[in-house]
Amino acid sequence: MRDARRAFPVVFLGLLALVPVVAHLTGEPYYLTVFSRIMVFGLAALGLNLILGFGGLVSFGHALYLGIGAYAVGILSAHGVTSGFAHLGAALAVGAVAALLIGLVCLRTSGMAFIMITLAFAQMFYFLAVGLRQYGGDDGLSIPARSAFGPLALQDATVLYYVIFALLAATLYVLHRVVHARFGMVLQGCRENERRMIALGFPTLRYKLAAYVASALICVLAGVLLANLTQYASPAYMQWVVSGDLIVMILFGGMGTLLGPVVGAAAIIAIEDVLTAFRLGLPWGIDQVVNAHWMAILGALIIVVVLTLKQGLYGWLVHRAARAG
Amino acid sequence: MKRALSLAAALAIALAAAPAAGEIKIGFIATFSGPGAALGQDLYDAFMLGIDHAGGKLGGQTVEVIKEDDQLKPEVGVQIARKLIEKDRVQIVTGVIFSNVMMAIHKPITDAGIFFIGSNAGPTPLTGKGCSPYFFSTSWNNDSLHEPMGKLATDLGYKRVYVLAPNYQAGKDAVSGFKRYFKGQVLDEVYTQVNQPDYAAEIAQAVAAKPDAVYVFYPGGMGINFVRQYQQSGLIGKIPLLSTATIDGTTLPALKEAAIGAITASPYSPDLDNPQNKRFVADFRKKYGRTPSWYAAQSYDAAQLLDSALRKVNGSLANKEAFRAALKAADFKSVTGPFRFNTNQFPIRDFYRVDVVKDASGQAAFAVKGTVFKDHADNYSKECALK
Amino acid sequence: MTASLLFTQLLNGLQLGILLFLLSSGLTLVFGIMNFVNLAHGSLYMLGAYFAASAFRATGSFLAAGVIAVAATLALGVAVERLALARLYARDHLDQVLTTFGLILIFNEAVRFVWGSAPVYMNVPAALAGTVNLFGLPYPAYRFAIIAVGLAVGLALYVLIHRTRVGMLIRAGAANGPMVAALGVNIRLLNTLVFGLGAALAALAGLMAGPIFAVQPGMGESILILTLVAIVTGGIGSIRGAFYGALLVGVVDTVGRAFLPALLREFLDRALAQAAGPALASMLIYLLMAVVLALRPRGLFPVKRS
Repeated sequence: MRDARRAFPVVFLGLLALVPVVAHLTGEPYYLTVFSRIMVFGLAALGLNLILGFGGLVSFGHALYLGIGAYAVGILSAHGVTSGFAHLGAALAVGAVAALLIGLVCLRTSGMAFIMITLAFAQMFYFLAVGLRQYGGDDGLSIPARSAFGPLALQDATVLYYVIFALLAATLYVLHRVVHARFGMVLQGCRENERRMIALGFPTLRYKLAAYVASALICVLAGVLLANLTQYASPAYMQWVVSGDLIVMILFGGMGTLLGPVVGAAAIIAIEDVLTAFRLGLPWGIDQVVNAHWMAILGALIIVVVLTLKQGLYGWLVHRAARAG
Repeated sequence: MKRALSLAAALAIALAAAPAAGEIKIGFIATFSGPGAALGQDLYDAFMLGIDHAGGKLGGQTVEVIKEDDQLKPEVGVQIARKLIEKDRVQIVTGVIFSNVMMAIHKPITDAGIFFIGSNAGPTPLTGKGCSPYFFSTSWNNDSLHEPMGKLATDLGYKRVYVLAPNYQAGKDAVSGFKRYFKGQVLDEVYTQVNQPDYAAEIAQAVAAKPDAVYVFYPGGMGINFVRQYQQSGLIGKIPLLSTATIDGTTLPALKEAAIGAITASPYSPDLDNPQNKRFVADFRKKYGRTPSWYAAQSYDAAQLLDSALRKVNGSLANKEAFRAALKAADFKSVTGPFRFNTNQFPIRDFYRVDVVKDASGQAAFAVKGTVFKDHADNYSKECALK
Repeated sequence: MTASLLFTQLLNGLQLGILLFLLSSGLTLVFGIMNFVNLAHGSLYMLGAYFAASAFRATGSFLAAGVIAVAATLALGVAVERLALARLYARDHLDQVLTTFGLILIFNEAVRFVWGSAPVYMNVPAALAGTVNLFGLPYPAYRFAIIAVGLAVGLALYVLIHRTRVGMLIRAGAANGPMVAALGVNIRLLNTLVFGLGAALAALAGLMAGPIFAVQPGMGESILILTLVAIVTGGIGSIRGAFYGALLVGVVDTVGRAFLPALLREFLDRALAQAAGPALASMLIYLLMAVVLALRPRGLFPVKRS
């Protein structure tokens, strides 16, 4: 069990690192785009999972931070600022201030109220973006060129892929350290029994706020990458549906595990990609029905995973691997 | 570890599956899920009917149409555009209902040197400075679509008009197009939240302003909500309801008698009197059991356009300049009436006044009541560098 | 702005609020009593509208359509509850959210499969097709019918919960489920009953909304969010909270949309006001919810728990 848990991340990251090689060998650059997207959403889900899985705080508004990241790139690019350092700096600064203020208000509540108040803030920012007429309003704005990070040529899909990969791996490592450090222990303590943590003398609000801001900033980073990947910033990134998708990815992959959210993002996006292009030549037009109604199959899979797998896909994979020896 | 290796091998094999050669691949991008799905379905069905009518091929060449759903999300649109370009290696892309998706995918597709026949969305930037030699439209520019109603409102003698549209770029384009040809006074322009269900508040404000007529642009489900609620307030007979892209072939079946008496301006109507349209409407009804919308007509035209152009180049896209010239000739008979391309590769076409009336069988139906514009070109072609 | 216009807009807000109440009452019952988050409530509303549209077309009677829609949705709701949801009562809220999210996807596609993607036809019944003159402004009679139905439902729920034995059990179940079960009450049956009641209320909302909103796949989602806002603002679990929350959301949203753009124009330039007006009006209810929750995390009218 232990070995499997240790080996899995290495194998998983190793496979991700090999994707560009395989894509080039087979002449299928499209898979770079798919796996870049998987990693970007995996990164965002990873961020959300810090408070959701480890802190027990269900934020239904983290798409907001994805949007802040994307719009920082979009708006600065629209004004001719192409420096990636400026994009990233502005995104993180705005994101930190927003997360700090929003976190302070939201963390006054808990449970269902927390879910809804985080949704409220995300919706307000969504409508704010829709109202930004000079930046495309509801249509969003396209980004003429990817962020310029000195010699790093993000314009090349492979370079962009490895940048995203490196950031994902680094975030995983940092989070691994964090959740096993005192900070992570206190956070998980708050999830289990906050009253006891307070009684033990921990300033729990400060811990939760720090976790909230950190988790938001990871999503901001994912937003910056998403804008670079699609070369587009749109209010659609901030829709409540996206916040919901992130939660689905986390739960599908395995909440409260480090790698689970990334596995979940990979699974959900892969399912979408496979089912919409499903052409096996089955009789009675089954292929077309699957293509058209793939969301129903996704829905059924989600239900099956929730009803049968306690720790999500990741927990199941690790468990199986451990049993197989 | 063994398991992981076999997984990698399986992945490599799956990735290596090569596409079949010797036919033309066409990527079809439209919205097939969510509230816009009906529009996408009309676009797709008509395109496939166009291929049927051309003998199951286009220009004598076998074609494979790869259908992709943009889910009305620009970012998903970019993703599937990349898939069509990089994985399926299509040579032609067509479709696209919504302007925001169009804005997101136009650049990646035309940059890749792939011919793109837009059959609905026509955002203004793509008509002017952002025009591309690879992009052709069988529809219209977003705001020239609304100019006919501006002219018609003036012709009908309305002096004071109240205007409503959704709060997105196509909504603003609609209002500016309308105002360009409307000589009277616009009492107010109201922009509502996209996909808003309830319009009681806006309708009450409009009535209180005492306009001669109300002009709206509400495509899809928004149009159904608005028109029903307007009619239920007893206003259709009292304050004329003018609209474009609101009551059309996709929404009329849900509205039926609620829309009778509404006046629309449109580039198409199923009762347009030309032989190609009669055949199109009859066969569309036979095959799909419904009346084609203008979305369908434009997409059918896209199939006809491709058929004519591929025929000219003997089914080969090897010479892109030759294919572009063949497209530009627009050597086909549009179901919408006279049709030719402007320098920006958007059509110069007629626009009609189309009313919703009770037909012989007592059903709500469209009826052409005259031509508002003949050979109408958009206002932006001079900003386009193409010749 | 005249007084009659203001009155009309308040009435519009009240009417939207009452329509929301039809949805929020069912959702809050299920949440408050069974401690179950049912995101698929919007799907039940959608199904109710579809059943009603089909039945109305087949029978020509709005009343019959209502009976059929409510019965069909209730049967379907109970079946889903027995088959899938009942296993989730003991699980945490996130599992419930995820499962019912999966159900939303399935129901949307099922509806598209059966009825197609295009919106379906449904009109107001002939008897309610006219308008009522309200201080010189015409007001649709059908909207008065919605108000009447909503108030009747509110009253019926009040009587059911506060004046009947079943209601007493429901209240007891909400306050302390395990204790009620220990007293020998069949809590499983009670749960199914409450879930069925919620489904029936959703179908009723779908029936009433069918003639004014487009009946199309996914119609339940946007209204689900509004409904959640209403019950959380009002206080989760209490019918009273659902009622006042829904009215507040309806009125704030409507009045905001009607007057905010004009108000902004008074002190902003025209182009800016046109951009900011709709954005601000759309934000208003979320702002309201955020303020309420920040000050009173359990909503305006929280249910009293022991």
